[in-house]
Amino acid sequence: MSTSKQIAIVFRQPPYGSSFAREALDTAMAAAAFDQKVSLVFIGDGVWQLIANQQPQAIGQRSLEKQLATLPLYDVDRLYADAAALSQRGLHTGDLSLPVEVLDSDAIATLLKQQDVVLSF
Amino acid sequence: MLHIVNKSPHGNPALRDCLRFCDRNDVLLLIEDGVYAAIGEHPESLLAVTPNIRVLSEDLNARGLLGRIDSRVTAVDYAGFVQLCCEHHPIQSWF
Amino acid sequence: MSTFALLVLGAPHSTSAEQSAWHFSQALLAAGHRLFRVFFFHDGVQCGNALQLPTAAGTAVPIRWQQLARDHHVDLVVCVASALKRGVVNAEEAERHQLGAGNLAEGFDLSGLGQWIEACILADRVVTFGP
Repeated sequence: MSTSKQIAIVFRQPPYGSSFAREALDTAMAAAAFDQKVSLVFIGDGVWQLIANQQPQAIGQRSLEKQLATLPLYDVDRLYADAAALSQRGLHTGDLSLPVEVLDSDAIATLLKQQDVVLSF
Repeated sequence: MLHIVNKSPHGNPALRDCLRFCDRNDVLLLIEDGVYAAIGEHPESLLAVTPNIRVLSEDLNARGLLGRIDSRVTAVDYAGFVQLCCEHHPIQSWF
Repeated sequence: MSTFALLVLGAPHSTSAEQSAWHFSQALLAAGHRLFRVFFFHDGVQCGNALQLPTAAGTAVPIRWQQLARDHHVDLVVCVASALKRGVVNAEEAERHQLGAGNLAEGFDLSGLGQWIEACILADRVVTFGP
């Protein structure tokens, strides 16, 4: 596929309580595999997906953190997190499992408007 | 861009979250249970963000709300919903 | 004329996603636009389950999508990963996993997220109907 669109995947849900987090990430990886310009935007409870040291084995789920760690293999490096979502949850970038650019809501709104496609989960 | 919200503002953060990333140039379309945000005190908080509030008339009518919406909110039918999608993009759904 | 791709994330009846998507599809086709593909993902895969009876309100969910697909050459794709774990299985997968009969409705294809990404690339407008 020669066309490369700007596709943002917006992550709004926490991990493990529903399948949305994993489905969003699978979608992001599929877009990257098709050479699209993928941005991952974590807002609201979606920022919880970024926490380090997730141990979901006892609840019978695969680690979302480990799946996120494979993003560089797909050349996905545009990761953004909502500053207010992090601070409301008492989170700092040091708590996160991978590097993200922290943006305020205006910057995220601008980013979303620049996309060809926005897929929000 | 076009934002589509399908949840009532009571008890679900979809609308509140949407409004944080919406601005005056965007259109906000309320569908399904989202139409309840077009009634009573809610439209004020929406209009503070953007004047372009639309609500799906088929979903309003299903809920017995036609005629109860704020005068500053515009009802559109499914044909209007399609038109909004043609005129604005990207399109983000909040649920 | 615009080309649309739709994502359906909700199970029929439990949420309005499928219903809204179907009415939206009718409206866009009536306006002369093209509906390239509808991708059923998350609980939306249940839309492709053939074992659904109609309600008093009318046609069974998979049948009305089949009619739409037939009349307007629309691609209906059910996400294979989401479907298999939720018990929506085509004949091939049913045989592979020794499940007896498959239940994927005719007119629906079981495939991967690549089909959804392709639709996003080819469409002018992409709309999600969430649960």
